[in-house]
Amino acid sequence: MKRIYSVLVENRSGVLCKVAGLFSRRCYNIDSLAVGETDDPMVSCMTIVSSGDQRTIEQIEKQLNKKLDVIKVKTFDESHGISRELMLVKVKYNRNNRRDIMEICDILKAEIVDMSKSQMIIQICDIPEKIQLFMSMMKSVSIVEVARTGTLALPKCSDSD
Amino acid sequence: MKGADAIIRCLEAEGVTHVYGYPGVAICPFYNSILNSDIQTVLIRTEQNAAHAASGQARVSGKPGVCAVTSGPGATNVITGIATAYADSIPLICITGQVNSELLGRDVFQEADITGAVESFVKYSYLVKNVEDIPRIFKEAFHIANTGRKGPVLIDVPIDIQNAELKTFEYPEEINMRTYKPTVKGNMLQIKKVAKALEEAHRPIICAGGGVLLSDAREELRAFAEKHQIPVVSTMMGISAMPTEHPMYFGMVGNNGKPYANRAMNESDLLIMVGARVADRAVSQPGLITKNKILVHIDVDPAEIGKNAGASIPLVGDAKHIFEDFNHVDFKCDTTEWIATLRANKEALTPRRNPNPDFVDPAAFITRLSEKMQENAVYVADVGQNQIWSCGYHVVKEGQFMTSGGMGTMGYSIPAAMGAKVAAPDRQVVAVCGDGSFQMSMMELATICQHQIPVKIVVLKNSVLGMVREYQHFTYKDNYSMIDLSGSPDLAQLSKAYGIPFLRLENMNDCEQVIDEFLAEDTSMILECIIDPMDLVAY
Repeated sequence: MKRIYSVLVENRSGVLCKVAGLFSRRCYNIDSLAVGETDDPMVSCMTIVSSGDQRTIEQIEKQLNKKLDVIKVKTFDESHGISRELMLVKVKYNRNNRRDIMEICDILKAEIVDMSKSQMIIQICDIPEKIQLFMSMMKSVSIVEVARTGTLALPKCSDSD
Repeated sequence: MKGADAIIRCLEAEGVTHVYGYPGVAICPFYNSILNSDIQTVLIRTEQNAAHAASGQARVSGKPGVCAVTSGPGATNVITGIATAYADSIPLICITGQVNSELLGRDVFQEADITGAVESFVKYSYLVKNVEDIPRIFKEAFHIANTGRKGPVLIDVPIDIQNAELKTFEYPEEINMRTYKPTVKGNMLQIKKVAKALEEAHRPIICAGGGVLLSDAREELRAFAEKHQIPVVSTMMGISAMPTEHPMYFGMVGNNGKPYANRAMNESDLLIMVGARVADRAVSQPGLITKNKILVHIDVDPAEIGKNAGASIPLVGDAKHIFEDFNHVDFKCDTTEWIATLRANKEALTPRRNPNPDFVDPAAFITRLSEKMQENAVYVADVGQNQIWSCGYHVVKEGQFMTSGGMGTMGYSIPAAMGAKVAAPDRQVVAVCGDGSFQMSMMELATICQHQIPVKIVVLKNSVLGMVREYQHFTYKDNYSMIDLSGSPDLAQLSKAYGIPFLRLENMNDCEQVIDEFLAEDTSMILECIIDPMDLVAY
């Protein structure tokens, strides 16, 4: 079972290490992890995607809450959140496949953000499944390098917050 | 005022009376400033024992114990002591000196990333980077260590911060931590739910863990058990939550516990687990304590509930508060038949030993020793066969039983007993260890002499590492490896070298008078008991 944890932490040195250490020590999976500052520069938001059975999912939340640098833990499954991932892919192209690449980009709403005579960088920002789909569509193309942010997510809007 | 002076002022403000430690250059400003204070220092002989001694002090006084060591090897040596305290939720403040903050990260002499190294063994840690933060950090550290689920807090202080000038010293009165607010009071709805479940139960039982002692809930628990006639068993860490001879007490559970205690827990229809982690040695099959019964799990740490066993009624809060609340809830609970069954089981299932008459029988000896000890004595068991015999045969009156239950750290008993005696000079303190565990801490005999700490030490000598021998006897069919302790010192001569009085007991014939002599005066003494190397803790 996949689970997303949106964790607000004190923006201090060593906190990422403590949170990552907690996952490795207790044998919890990290499928992806993304960290960035929030509107308050003293607070960072970590988005952690993890998977496990019901007991593990509950324990992760409790153990995160136990950490003294953790301010708040929100946890939800994919259907209750809005998630996005950003990926940059550098590919080699030639005359024969240029049009195909552009077509895939067009269909999957990816954007070509840089180009030389033989290489281009494609940017795609979408839900993790679409990113995966894009990657599989690009299999026939020669990929030079890839950078991904990992999933960012927030729970869906509600009027009770 | 310098940073080091500020640290001392913080310790004074927290009512610290003793600091256990070992110096080195990086902690020298601290040990220089402490000369101007009434706080006593105890020079331990190896850093691990500084943490154990502070742990003993904490367990008896109920306040965090304090140790202070130098950077690098001083800091890494103390880790086992910190981990031991963490596993048993003992409040400690561990101050480590650190190299100059400008040099951090350059692998200079005696630099160790101690905050990184202890991360999974501390409740929290600090690396002080600004001298002005000292008062706030110490205020927070003491608060964190001794509230909620207690535990060790490490404060790493670079030498230049200890020497830096502080503009003004003001010890904060309030704590302002948005991330730390432990739940102390139990939810009243859940408490009433438990009372209702108890009313409907026929075979209720309480399993008391170390949390009962840590929250000082002994009286509340006892009152509750007596009022509603609910039987109590305990984990190893929960021993001394109830006096051994209490009519409602039915022994220690677990794979080294009493058969009738385990049976009582398994046959109950409502189990109140309080302040216990449900770890493997106490509950080898967590499935059994949820099967056919209602499990009420009370713990101050929400993460403990559901970690090893799913509770039917979770109840987060401090044991003392919760039992106080329980004692104000009216309900009726009829357990007459259940208690009669438990008493019959206790009679039928009390293990009978066949001691070898040529040696001291550790079981009988421990029973007689503890019976003869003072009402409020502190009994510190080490780790190994001595620990299991101590758990099984030590008679608790109104005193305290301490041991390293979670981590099982050999060598714990002597330094912990020292800390206990320092904290409570009027109480009798006896450490019971084996000849293996004794040799892990025997360097502290010098500390006992130097600081005149009159702890009494029993060494159960069998010239083998008995617990491992027993394991190899059963698991490897007597193919022994690494258990022979020949080469150990002659304890009579060793005691003489330290100037500590010495007694030896070779069989049970002189048991009474030797114990009387051992306990007669409030002086340190070593009593060697020769036990059968082939003796087993298993029944």
